[in-house]
Amino acid sequence: MRKLFLFISMFIIWLFMTWPFSPLKVQDLVTGVIVSILVVLFIGKGQQESKKITEFKRYWWAIVYIPVLVYRMIVANLDVLYRVLHPDMPIRPGIVKIKTKLQSRLARALLCNSITLTPGTLSVDIVGDSIYVHWINVRDVSQAQATEMIAGGFERILKRIFE
Amino acid sequence: MIYVIGMIFISIGIFFDLAGCIGLVRLPDVYNRLQSATKCVTLGTCSILFGIFLITGFSPSGLKAILCLVFVLLTSPTGAHALARGAYKYGVRLWDKSVKDDYSEVFKQQEGLQDVENDDTP
Repeated sequence: MRKLFLFISMFIIWLFMTWPFSPLKVQDLVTGVIVSILVVLFIGKGQQESKKITEFKRYWWAIVYIPVLVYRMIVANLDVLYRVLHPDMPIRPGIVKIKTKLQSRLARALLCNSITLTPGTLSVDIVGDSIYVHWINVRDVSQAQATEMIAGGFERILKRIFE
Repeated sequence: MIYVIGMIFISIGIFFDLAGCIGLVRLPDVYNRLQSATKCVTLGTCSILFGIFLITGFSPSGLKAILCLVFVLLTSPTGAHALARGAYKYGVRLWDKSVKDDYSEVFKQQEGLQDVENDDTP
């Protein structure tokens, strides 16, 4: 089931890449099918995700996730712009450690990507369930508060999507 | 009209890319430079690609622009993470005026335990 879903999404991406099929070429489609099957065979044997593909609430939260991410990205860019163009460069960099409660590996990867794209933070490494984050403006707060400030919102949304 | 909006998106994208490059020159060390480079270049490039999509519409190049947008959005933070981690493992120090470094504790533990888990060394 999961492999079939993966195959269909791979094939749709292939169709996007060979979009102008006004003279529909059979060899294009055959190549797409072969490549998709190969990709599924290579990467399809990951761990089983806990939730079902057919659970529709996940997709609702995935749709909510995108505008939140875009908003945080724009804020992040204005933040970098301010720090870069300010004559004194108001930065206090440092690496802090935060904890994550997410278990799924895909969710963790997405959380780290989101942390990198949000204001002033860059995820450096994951060890166990702690993420090391390079923070451009370190504030004197405890670990729990830092976790809430850096990862709070995204972690809640990703938890709803993946767990 | 849609052409003008697309051009506005492309201009915003170029502006943010420029800001990212200025940050790359001005900021002090590898990690801060990666911050500036990743964030600004990701949003700037995505904005340019979205502008191209608006101008060309649902044509082959427009859809490929959307596809590239998704890939840039996924791969750019991953690349930044790999660069930052690699730089730290190689021994690039943080900037002198950095406030805090929690990451060094990982290496202190690893020195004590001696290759218990070397899943990431090439």
